[in-house]
Amino acid sequence: MIEIKNLCKSYGKLKVLQDVSVKFERGMVVSVIGPNGSGKTTMSKCILGMALPDSGDILLNGKSVLKQHDYRSQIGYMPQIGRYPENMKIRQVISMMKDIRKEVKQLDEELVGLYGLEQMYDKRMGTLSGGTKQKVSAALAFMFNPGILILDEPTAGLDPISAEILKSKILKEKKKGKLILITSHIMSEIEEVADEVMCLVDGNLKFFESISAIKEHANEERLSKAIAKIMNEED
Amino acid sequence: MTDHIKHSTTYIGIAFLLLLCSIAQAGTIKVCPTCPEKSVSKAVANAKAGDKILVDGGVYKENTIEINKPVSLIGINNPVLDGQYKGEILTIRSSHVFVKGFTFRNVEVSYLSDFAAIRVAEASHVKIINNKVQDAFFGIYLQRADSCVVQGNRVKGNGKTETSAGNAIHLWYCNAITVKDNKVSGHRDGIYFEFATNSHIENNLSQNNLRYGLHFMFSDGNVYKHNTFRQNGAGVAVMYTKNILMENNLFENNWGAAAYGLLLKDISRSVIRNNTFKRNTTGIYLEGSSKLDVEQNDFLNNGWAIRLLANCTEDTFRLNNFIANSFDVATNGNVMLNQFSGNHWDKYHGYDINKDQVGDVPYRPVSLYSMLVERVPSSVMFMRSFIVNLMDRIEKVIPSVIPEQLVDASPSMKKISYDRDKKSV
Amino acid sequence: MKTIIKHVLYDILRSRIVLAYTVFMLVLAFGLFNLEGDPAKSLLSLLNVVLLVVPLISIVFATTHFYNSYEFMELLMAQPVNRKKIFLSEYLAVALSLSAAYVVGIGVPVLLYGANATALFLLAVGVGITFVFVALAFLASVVTRDKAKGIGVALLLWVYFALIYDGIVIFILYFFSEYPLEKASLAMIALNPIDLGRIVVMLNLDVSALMGYTGALYKSMFGSGTGVAISFGILLLWVLFPLLTSKRIFSKKDI
Repeated sequence: MIEIKNLCKSYGKLKVLQDVSVKFERGMVVSVIGPNGSGKTTMSKCILGMALPDSGDILLNGKSVLKQHDYRSQIGYMPQIGRYPENMKIRQVISMMKDIRKEVKQLDEELVGLYGLEQMYDKRMGTLSGGTKQKVSAALAFMFNPGILILDEPTAGLDPISAEILKSKILKEKKKGKLILITSHIMSEIEEVADEVMCLVDGNLKFFESISAIKEHANEERLSKAIAKIMNEED
Repeated sequence: MTDHIKHSTTYIGIAFLLLLCSIAQAGTIKVCPTCPEKSVSKAVANAKAGDKILVDGGVYKENTIEINKPVSLIGINNPVLDGQYKGEILTIRSSHVFVKGFTFRNVEVSYLSDFAAIRVAEASHVKIINNKVQDAFFGIYLQRADSCVVQGNRVKGNGKTETSAGNAIHLWYCNAITVKDNKVSGHRDGIYFEFATNSHIENNLSQNNLRYGLHFMFSDGNVYKHNTFRQNGAGVAVMYTKNILMENNLFENNWGAAAYGLLLKDISRSVIRNNTFKRNTTGIYLEGSSKLDVEQNDFLNNGWAIRLLANCTEDTFRLNNFIANSFDVATNGNVMLNQFSGNHWDKYHGYDINKDQVGDVPYRPVSLYSMLVERVPSSVMFMRSFIVNLMDRIEKVIPSVIPEQLVDASPSMKKISYDRDKKSV
Repeated sequence: MKTIIKHVLYDILRSRIVLAYTVFMLVLAFGLFNLEGDPAKSLLSLLNVVLLVVPLISIVFATTHFYNSYEFMELLMAQPVNRKKIFLSEYLAVALSLSAAYVVGIGVPVLLYGANATALFLLAVGVGITFVFVALAFLASVVTRDKAKGIGVALLLWVYFALIYDGIVIFILYFFSEYPLEKASLAMIALNPIDLGRIVVMLNLDVSALMGYTGALYKSMFGSGTGVAISFGILLLWVLFPLLTSKRIFSKKDI
């Protein structure tokens, strides 16, 4: 569904992504892991067109997404840190997004309900805690029924209950055959929802394998240990 | 002794008899399209001195009518003398001629001769009253004339360029002429005087002429009162003259890159009083002029109220009102030998603590910017810009460029009022 | 695009700065008309203030707004919306709201105290200058990432166009006064939108006669009707150049 070909991106002298090629298929839940600054978020932003690649290509269903924008209707994005116009109320943000995405008739407002956002509709974005902003981000990412979900550290600021709600939502969407990319550091969470793991180190693709293959490969029961082992092996 | 008296009586008697004869002979000749006499020029030719020629309404296609004896030529029901663009219409070569009530039209434009609708040549006591002149090269042309009256005429030209148009009222080597109540327009110069002295120019309206509304040179001792000079191509220009009085005139809307309300060049010992200068590019421009009294005039909405070149000396500017001019006074040098006092300046921001209506702080009517514009004309593009305001403010606080002597030490706080409409006697 | 403009406008109206600007302009204009008996003269005073205040408010407000809208633009960029559209919507919303504030603030007093052609030109020039300086503000904002730096650049631009530039030109004219600089000076005028705006209004006040040969040149070069059209054409270039440049930079920028 998404194919990344020889993607390179640098910020000034810093090479953030170096010749990354990878292919994600429908129905996959891919966890993108890697140390801080390894290029996970940059890759997401490249897919979304928020960061522009230096070279390489990104194909969605066989078509390049570079310099395009309509393809984003198929993607729901939940940023690592949601930034919103501070003087807008939650209600206004949500209604504005609905207004911009008028063409989507079947809205998925499940998370709005589960997170009880309606009760906070009149709060301004600037006054919200990081966790509440994350809830708004999550609700918006799923709202327009996209075929692809890109979730950047989705549970990072969430309380355990809210994190559970999100995880079950992810699993529910997975069953619908959607492609879901999650960047995360929490291995247990990854094990719970993901099938595949993509590992980036210093902007290079380290490996991209299914969880079972990783465990088998490292001969470890626990994913965290297996990954740690693989990382050490390579050095 | 008795013999002498006898002789005198005889002379008086003879003179009386002659006079009786002339009255008896002074006939009236009628001219009209159905009369026995149909031609004005024939009537004039046949007339005797002192005759009265009455011309009734109608169009008379005649030109080069010459009057060389004292007759009265009087139009009744507005007869028209049509020159058909062939030479002049009426030439007066005799004194004591009276012309009234005609319309003169269609005088030939020539580059060789100054053809005029009415010419008075080497005569005196000629009166030209209430005529109309239309589409003439020159209108009323007086040369070497004395003690004549040109009154109530309307001269309307059709001039397109300065070279193909003559002057409406043109005086050359004349003396003691009265030019009064005329309306002139559409000519090169409205009123033109060259070597015309001791004359009165009063209540005339001169507008929309191609060049000057009034133009004179070498014409000393003239009085200009209650005239209006409006929208002339270059306003009014007067040169090389002394002893003139200009009072209660209105100079307005003389607007253009080279237009002046009143341009004075080498004028001396003259008085300019109670005039109004309104919306002229330059109100008064003075070059090489000295000993002028410019007082009680209103300068309103002009670009420059006064442009006073540094070669002017001993001119005094007193009790004038300067209101809403872009520049009050401009000069080109930093020496100033003229005097300003007691004027009202609307740009004056001083105070009057003792309430004597005289500002306690002297006013400097020349701004730094006006000096700059005088030197670099294209910097006028920055008029009303922030930087110019800033420059002027700084110069007001620390004067360094503007002439130190150019100052009104006793500016009036209030607008000066005077009787502007006072009719001359 | 309409939708986005609508939402940016909501956002601008919520901040009330534009409302304050309108009130300020109203107070200023009414004040000047009441202080000065002659409406023509107050119009000139108004021109002075307008040419100083409108660029300043426009450039500072637009720069601040751009930085404050970063989150908003970020939010939209993950949506199926063209970046260029986001940028142009931001521009139009800011320029239109500031212009509306200006037109109401100056237009209402002008209508009440006697509208004439000059007043109309003053209004048109003000709107033109607003569009130019919002475009310059956006350019300043896209080339600097830091908000404080961006506002600094914006203020510098304002000082440059309102003061320094004219100073330099007067300096040049003065020191080369022996040379025929009329045509060159006209070109120099065109290089400053504030000067250009002032000249347009001044020419329609018939001050051109004061400008002697320069004014005559200006009038003969442009004629009355076409001259105004050309001046506004140059103002339009002053809008398009910074706007399109900043749009290009913005669409290549990593968020």
